[in-house]
Formats: sequence, structure tokens, C-alpha cells
Amino acid sequence: MNGKYRILLPVLSLTVLLAAVFYLQPRAMSYFGLNLLFNLAVPIALATIAQMMIIMVNDIDLSVGTFVSFVACVTATFLNDAPLLGVAILLASILAYAAIGALIHIRQLPAIVVTLGMSFVWGGLAVLLLPSPGGAAPAWIRTVMTVKPPLVPMAVVACVVIAGLTHLLIMRSSTGTLLRAVGGNAQAVARSGWSVTKLKAGAYALAGFFGVLAGVCLVGLTTSADANIALRYTLLSIAGVILGGGEFTGGRVSPVGAVLGALTLALAGSFLSFMRLSPDWQIGAQGAILILVLAVRLIFSRRGRKWKGAENG
Amino acid sequence: MDNSRLSTVLAIPKRPWFWAFAASAIAYLATLSLTEGRGGGELLSAALTFASFSAIVGLGQMFVITLGPGNVDLSIPATMTLAGTLSLKFMDGAADLILPGLALAIAVGISTGIFNYLLIRLLRIPPIIATLSASFLYQSLAIWWNRGLRIKPPEALADFSTGSIAGLPNLTIIGVLIALLSWVVLERSIFGRWVSAFGQNTRAARLSGIPVETVRAVTYVLSAVLASFTGYLLASFSGGAALNMGTEYLLISIAVVVIGGCSIAGGNSNVPGIWGGALLMFLVVSMLNSYGFGAGVRLIMTGAIIIAIVAAASGKGRSA
Repeated sequence: MNGKYRILLPVLSLTVLLAAVFYLQPRAMSYFGLNLLFNLAVPIALATIAQMMIIMVNDIDLSVGTFVSFVACVTATFLNDAPLLGVAILLASILAYAAIGALIHIRQLPAIVVTLGMSFVWGGLAVLLLPSPGGAAPAWIRTVMTVKPPLVPMAVVACVVIAGLTHLLIMRSSTGTLLRAVGGNAQAVARSGWSVTKLKAGAYALAGFFGVLAGVCLVGLTTSADANIALRYTLLSIAGVILGGGEFTGGRVSPVGAVLGALTLALAGSFLSFMRLSPDWQIGAQGAILILVLAVRLIFSRRGRKWKGAENG
Repeated sequence: MDNSRLSTVLAIPKRPWFWAFAASAIAYLATLSLTEGRGGGELLSAALTFASFSAIVGLGQMFVITLGPGNVDLSIPATMTLAGTLSLKFMDGAADLILPGLALAIAVGISTGIFNYLLIRLLRIPPIIATLSASFLYQSLAIWWNRGLRIKPPEALADFSTGSIAGLPNLTIIGVLIALLSWVVLERSIFGRWVSAFGQNTRAARLSGIPVETVRAVTYVLSAVLASFTGYLLASFSGGAALNMGTEYLLISIAVVVIGGCSIAGGNSNVPGIWGGALLMFLVVSMLNSYGFGAGVRLIMTGAIIIAIVAAASGKGRSA
């Protein structure tokens, strides 16, 4: 897929879905309505960016959901009661992510399995911290997440900022180019004298960082946490990256697309509740929307042969 | 002759499945050491019963993962739930509908498998996302069909699924038979060779005249059929279908494949390891349970064991 067209699909699907929502519920076309629609999209967008960092280096992270849940539990307990200790724990968890990235590369382990194992570990830690739902969001996070900027709601501003900053980092900086090159051809990167281990650790650390942001933001919105709060983020984030025009191999990702993909998924939920669809079919309709958008992707990729090559690699 | 037999025995620790069975034995003994040997038979029988479910879905997942990078079936839990709810509602406790109910469960598996494959083939959706989105549809279908009712299985079927022959649980016998069959298919049939060839190098496989798309279609259908069969058995075993009955089998199905020593990069699988991994997953949890660890520690230990086994096994030069 050509880089220019890659971004078209997520833009198009978000626009169509947004138009459908406005048609069904014109009152959503307001400051308050938009805020309501996109509020919970901010942590999903951050988690999707975290997943994108891993997919960028040809791996996949099955632990995003439990990691964000773990961070949410830390935020609602330690970060609230003992901020210094809380920050230390969150920094340590980012370091843990970097260490996993290095381990996966050095021992040539399958990332899907190691992150699967880590998902148990993060889940276990979260259960130890908060055996039952509870805790409280630190006041400052609450303030940040509920701030009301003029004209455009906070959720939209936040998503634009996330997309812009990650675009600069991944698509425009030399570090970002190197990281994408690891996904493209790790051997070539190694031969040109870079340490692939360090780069992979860096990509994983970035994923950890954005995972932490997602968890902190989530608690800012929900004001309390529980150990299962973000389990569905694992699948949402993978779907968001792919909806945003990313591919599983070759370092072909798009930060702006990933944020748009996450917004589309978040909006799909609101759209379905506006449709007054029977609750039985809510999940199924989300699956159908996902399939529909991905089917449209076919139109955007005319070069079928290249596809086959990428799929079977 | 004798020499070769000796070297076969000596080569056993080098087999990828060895570690899964060794770790299972350690977990079993560690649990028994706590009770000073009491309840050993019950624990073994429980382990064999519950491991059968993981082993059967794991075998399906194994075939899919053997196809190579990116191939994984995330719709196993939803297929299990759909088959379980549909067949139990259809049988409605009537003994003479046991076999038609089984046929219905299998038909569910065939349909979901074909649907998964069509998404992958016609819409060119990566298998991870295709099976994931499809699983949402299956889940909704199950919710809509079942309406939260818990229908009991026919008594004869419930008795069969909880019963045993000569000390061996019926479910274990079924699970071992399916494993044997899978071993024959994978190692001794042309189809198994094709699956491995597909996973090792799809391009080479296609160029040498293997009907690669047929191989892939049959593999996804096989995985779905094994999942639906497990759903049917699990629903009968636990006295009714529940909408979340498949949830834990998503991670377990992948974990047993990996712990069992199959290459996640595809093209290299082994059947005994699936049973080893399935036993290990159950025995570790029951060991940690009997030592009085809470849910949190249990999860952390499970994760640490998965990572440790993968790290140790890849040190044997198995990895790409």
C-alpha cells in the first residue's frame, strides 16, 4: 500500500461513522456531545500507540490490556497515596518492558509467547494490588482529564496532540526511522553498526511508556480502578493499529492512522448504542464493523501480489 | 538394534516435549509432598480430565500455528461457546438427541471454520484480526440464541462426560485418541506434510504443487471443529453451557502449543507436547492452589513458568 493512501482508509471510516452518529443523534454535534463520544477514546488511543511500537518491530504484544490494568491499579493506589513510590513503580514497569524487549531479541524468543506470559504476570500483580475494585484517582490527574479547553473538547485536543507528537517521533525523527528499520530489515540495521538489542529495548520501553500513560488517563476518567479494567484493550489495540493502515510485518505503521483507528473503534461502540441495537448484538456488530472496514481496505490495495507476499512472508 | 534403541532413549531429554512432561511431574510431586501422598489418584484423574479440554483445543491451535507466522485462531473460545449453547439448547435434555446434538456442534465448527477462512482468503484480512472479529459475531450469536438460559445436558451424556473406564476418565480417552489421530495426520499423512511445508516456506510449497489454499482452509476448519467438539464436551461435563465458558481457553490453547515445544514460527510441531503442556497448565495451578497462594501469585507464577519454559527450550537450538 502506498504511504499516501494508507492514511485514507482510517480517515474515511472515521468520517463515515461520525456522520452516521450525527445523523442518528444530531445533539452529539456539540462540545458536550463530542466530549462524551470521545472521552474513553483517549486511553484506547494511547494503548493503540503502545501496541504500534511493538508491531513496528515485527512483534505483537498480548499483554497491553493487563499492563494498562496494572498501571491503573498502581495509579489508583500508590500514585494517590505515596506519589514518589508510585512514580518509581511506574518507571520500573517501563524498564521491565525494555528488559522484555531485550530478552526477546537476545534469546530470539517468539514475542507472542513472552508477552502472553507477561500478561499473566501483570494480571497477577494487578490482582495483588487491588483484589476488589476500588482506589481513588489522584486529584491532579482528575483535573487534567476533566479540563475544558475553549472551542474543542479535551478528548479531541488530547488525540490530536498524541497523534502529532508520535508522528514527529516515529515518522520524522532519526530514532523513529531506525526503529521502523528494525521492523523492515533488522539484519541491515545490525550490519550498519546499530545495536538491534538496544533499539528493540527502546521500542518496548516506548510501548511501556504509552501503556503507562493509557492507564493513568483511564483512572483519571473512571476515578477508580480494578484488576480487569482494561482487558479488552489488547484486542482493541491490535485492531486499531491494523485499522489505521499498519501491517504486522515490515515496520509499516502509521501513528496518525493508529489514533484514528482507535477513535473509530471507540466511536463504533457509541454508534451502536445510538442505533438502539439489541444488547445481544452489540459485540457482534462491533465485529461486523471491523470486518466491513477491513473489507474496504481491499479497494485501497490494488496490488494483490504484494499483499500475498507480505502475508506469507 | 540395541544401540539404536539406547540412543533413542538417551535422546528423549532433547525432545522438545520432554520439558513439559518433566515440569508436570515436578508440579505433581510438589503437590503430593504437601499432602504426604494422599489424594494422588484424585489429583491425577482431575488433571487428566481437565487437561483433555486444553489438549483438544490445543491440537487445533497447533495445526493453525504450524501454518507459520501470523496464523493463529482467536475464535476458539467463541466457537466453543456457540457450539456448547446451540447443541445443549437443541438437545434440551433429551437422551435420543445426543448424537444429532453432537452433529450440530460439529456443523457449527465447520461453519465457523469456513467463515474464518473466507475472511482470510477473500477479504485478505490478517488471520489474527479475521478470527478476532469473527469471534465477536459468534459470541453475539450465542448470546442471542441462548438468552442466558442454562439448559442441562441429557443425563446419559452428563454421566458419560464425567465417567471413566477402568480408572481412566472417558474424556481423557477421547483426548488421547484425538491426539493419536492428530499425530498420524501430522507425521504420517500427506496432508500433515503439506501443513508443515506450508509453515516452512509457503512459496516453495506452492511452487512444488501443494494445494496451499486447500491446506489452509482445511486447517482452519479442523481447528474450529475441535473447538466446537470441546465446547460440546465441556458444556456436558459442567452441567450446562455458559457464555463465558470458553474465555480461558484462548490463552491456554496458545500456551499449550508453545509449552509443548512447537515452533511458533511454524512448520515444526509435535503432538505429545500438547498433552504435556495441557497437564502442566492444570498441575501448576493446582500446586499453587494447594500451597495456599492467592489468585495474584498464581497468575504471576503461571506467567513466569511460561516464559521460563520458552526461554529454556529455545536454548536447545530450536529457534529460528
